[in-house]
Amino acid sequence: MADVNRGNRPLSPHLTIYRPQLNSITSIFVRITGNGLIVGAIAVVWWLMAAASGAAYFDMIDGLVTSVLGDIVMALSVLALWYHALGGVRHLIWDTGRALDVETSDKLGWGMIIGSVVLTALTLIAI
Amino acid sequence: MVELTLPKNSRIRTGKTWPKPEGATNLRKFQIYRWNPDDGENPRVDTYWVDMDSCGPMVLDALIKIKNEIDPTLTFRRSCREGICGSCAMNIDGINTLACIYGMDEIKGDVKIYPLPHMPVIKDLIPDLTHFYAQHASIMPWLETKTQRPEKEWRQSIEDRKKLDGLYECVMCASCSTSCPSYWWNGDRYLGPAALLHAYRWIIDSRDEATGERLDDLEDPFKLYRCHTIMNCAKTCPKGLNPAKAIAEIKKMMVERQL
Repeated sequence: MADVNRGNRPLSPHLTIYRPQLNSITSIFVRITGNGLIVGAIAVVWWLMAAASGAAYFDMIDGLVTSVLGDIVMALSVLALWYHALGGVRHLIWDTGRALDVETSDKLGWGMIIGSVVLTALTLIAI
Repeated sequence: MVELTLPKNSRIRTGKTWPKPEGATNLRKFQIYRWNPDDGENPRVDTYWVDMDSCGPMVLDALIKIKNEIDPTLTFRRSCREGICGSCAMNIDGINTLACIYGMDEIKGDVKIYPLPHMPVIKDLIPDLTHFYAQHASIMPWLETKTQRPEKEWRQSIEDRKKLDGLYECVMCASCSTSCPSYWWNGDRYLGPAALLHAYRWIIDSRDEATGERLDDLEDPFKLYRCHTIMNCAKTCPKGLNPAKAIAEIKKMMVERQL
């Protein structure tokens, strides 16, 4: 890196002063949901392994998963899954060079938000 | 790397409130980032009051008025005052833009002004752009040719010339690169939207004969692929250009040349 910090120059403020906008918020949430889903996936694997390890242990974990708290976590995981999937679709569209103008990409951003809520509602109704 | 908080020497203190101009009835509050390299103190945000009845419409008009009438030590870059030189790029009301072409009527409430984000500050609103310029130089921003020089000039069809529209207009103000979170966290190795837009401008120039070398040079996990299409660049560009689209086109060419 070029010599850019002669004389103990301060770093100008960034995240705290930059205006949050639809494009940046939808983008960071793709990453947040992606990381959250790793944790969710580990929890589901834990549940399955509990089922494989024996009835008593499974009852305990199953009680946790099917509790109100477990329901909330699972419902949010479904939301995160749909959101992340739609975010992935948006990236696939972008990777073809399409929909990269500011207006269209913002429309796709709203599509991800509304789409993930609707699809989550449908999923919860269906199961 | 992602660093959410500012280093110790960069944390912002509350600054000075400058006196209101006498007799003015239409005052507007300005909050402006200040840092003086000579006093050894941390940066601060000063408050100024500007009489809008005797001020021009653009943010730069107000900055010049403050410097002329209230505080001559306020330091910022400016030159053309019409959006063509790129000198007065700064963070205004939370987005990066050129102070000379950003109207104060577009801002609700107080006018908050900071230097371009995540850059070393030389003084007040002036960031050090050394590294940014070095990155631009690294993409070979000139016509590279191998065939014999034509007698008069390198010719280009009207259609091929049209491909450069939306790219050649860039004034290198650094608004886009310093709006990009990827550039904030990895600016030492990621080239950023401005340099990549320029790279694309030469890649698709029909007269350029170094397309392969240019793509080879960008085939790198950091230089090009730190772009995650966050789109802050396209949204903030004061010239209405779209670096995100240019970067996507480079990524496409990377894939297409392997097929």
